[in-house]
Amino acid sequence: MANPQNTATVAQRSTKAAAKSDNSMAIIAPVAGWLFPGLGHFIQRRWIRGVLLMLAVFVMFFAGLGMQGKVYSLNTGDLLDILGFVGDLGAGALYFIARTMDWGIGNIHRAVADYGTKYIVVAGLLNVIAAVDAHHIAIGKKQ
Amino acid sequence: MTFELSHFNAALLFALCASTVFGITQRNTPRDMMRYGAYCFALFVGGVIVAAWAMWLIKH
Repeated sequence: MANPQNTATVAQRSTKAAAKSDNSMAIIAPVAGWLFPGLGHFIQRRWIRGVLLMLAVFVMFFAGLGMQGKVYSLNTGDLLDILGFVGDLGAGALYFIARTMDWGIGNIHRAVADYGTKYIVVAGLLNVIAAVDAHHIAIGKKQ
Repeated sequence: MTFELSHFNAALLFALCASTVFGITQRNTPRDMMRYGAYCFALFVGGVIVAAWAMWLIKH
């Protein structure tokens, strides 16, 4: 016959383990989602949402680069450039890859290049929204 | 790598991507997500058309 005390202890342990897993997912999911668009949803098995978010951010980011938009760097000294940098940084790994590969030099002679710059910034901002959504799913605020 | 888009097509692509993310992140059920995404897309595109006519009227 099972000891009720042991059963209760096992149940408590599994509840604690589940809570700990939830807590770690609440941190891991948004960080993963920030680093790679959609990954925060993939690791929580939201496959379709993850694919759509990844596509949206990738398309915006690379369309922006294709339109010869500018990728901001940190130390320009201009407040608006710093805000642009913060927005770009939201794209996570895409930003670091673009900086490493020297993409996004910008072309001031093309009007569409300015759109490209905005595309890149907004891709980063949308990725931040997606990462926050992954956090909400991890903490159970959203299904 | 260069990407040639007209101003209107650039606005459409922007609206599509932004409304996809808004729809997924701001609603809970797939049905609501699609409805809200479509609503945001319509507002984006409608806003572009209204702004374009407003600018045309200002110019003329």
